[in-house]
Amino acid sequence: MSDTSLGIGTGAKVAGSDAGALDAGARVADYVALLKPRVMSLVVFSGFAGLMLAPGHIHPVLGAVAVLCIAVAAGAAGAINMWYDRDIDAVMRRTCARPIPTGKVKPEEAVAFGIVLSVCSVMLMGLALNWAAALLLAIANLFYVFVYTMWLKRRTPQNIVIGGAAGAFPPMIGWAAVTGDISLASAALFALIFMWTPPHFWALALFRRGDYEKAGVPMLPVVAGDRATKLQMLLYTAILLPLGLAPYALGISGVLYAAAASLLGLTFLGFAVWVWFDRTERAAKRMFGFSILYLFLMFAAMMLDRAPGLLPRLAGWVG
Amino acid sequence: MSAVERSEEAKKRLRARNWALLAALLGFVIIVYIVSILRMGGH
Repeated sequence: MSDTSLGIGTGAKVAGSDAGALDAGARVADYVALLKPRVMSLVVFSGFAGLMLAPGHIHPVLGAVAVLCIAVAAGAAGAINMWYDRDIDAVMRRTCARPIPTGKVKPEEAVAFGIVLSVCSVMLMGLALNWAAALLLAIANLFYVFVYTMWLKRRTPQNIVIGGAAGAFPPMIGWAAVTGDISLASAALFALIFMWTPPHFWALALFRRGDYEKAGVPMLPVVAGDRATKLQMLLYTAILLPLGLAPYALGISGVLYAAAASLLGLTFLGFAVWVWFDRTERAAKRMFGFSILYLFLMFAAMMLDRAPGLLPRLAGWVG
Repeated sequence: MSAVERSEEAKKRLRARNWALLAALLGFVIIVYIVSILRMGGH
């Protein structure tokens, strides 16, 4: 369905056949889209990593329930975010095809859907695992909705710096699901995602600046310009390089992870340097893509490092 | 698209939403049941 046919940002009327499709009500897939499944995948993976890296043992079924709660809560926060941001989503090219701006799901249905899922996932986390993990899950959701979405996003270029904390919670929640507490090690996992978030989103904002300008969202490239943004990206990725070694220093993971983190950190920094010198959008696009891979591989390396006997077995299969 | 066709599409989507809701509720009940058994077993 094209943006034009829906009249998004064009003032055009909804075409006949599309109007008919909208009258028929939402598809199940439209509700799934409200949960931002692509964003959810990285949240689930980092939450699962926190669960795997934590000392102690939980029943695999309870572990699966914890991951499910993290996934559903993250999706629920996404649905509430889509409800609140429906006005700016409609004018941005990246978001105008979402279920609310296209009229597929009514705003009040989306927010109710988000609240119900959020409450259910927090309650289930508390009942199935422990209330420390449930409290962290609730804080993450409340932070994303109230602090990031409603307070910071439209007010300050530091929106994703502070708001990024919401996305940094999942490994800490996974960890707490096993141990029932917060430790320095789980805080290091939190810090890793927290420092990764700004260069990740600013890379996106560099090549989607027009969208943010049109919607009135004060992302750093819009407010301070490309040069200042690129400098900030360099600084954050430079800090991320030694910070990435914190899990090794704290004993969460071993030498394999340390080597992978160094290599990935240097590559990420290399992308930031490329973005600094690049006058086109090409480097920013590449850096955005790599940033997702970076976080995925960092947590994958931590888990691989901790898997007992996995490396010799892999070597045996290969050899 | 005629009004009748639209109505059929609406019915189809409503049916799909109802089945999805039923599956979600049943899934939730099963999860709570399994969790209860595991927690009572000392996990």
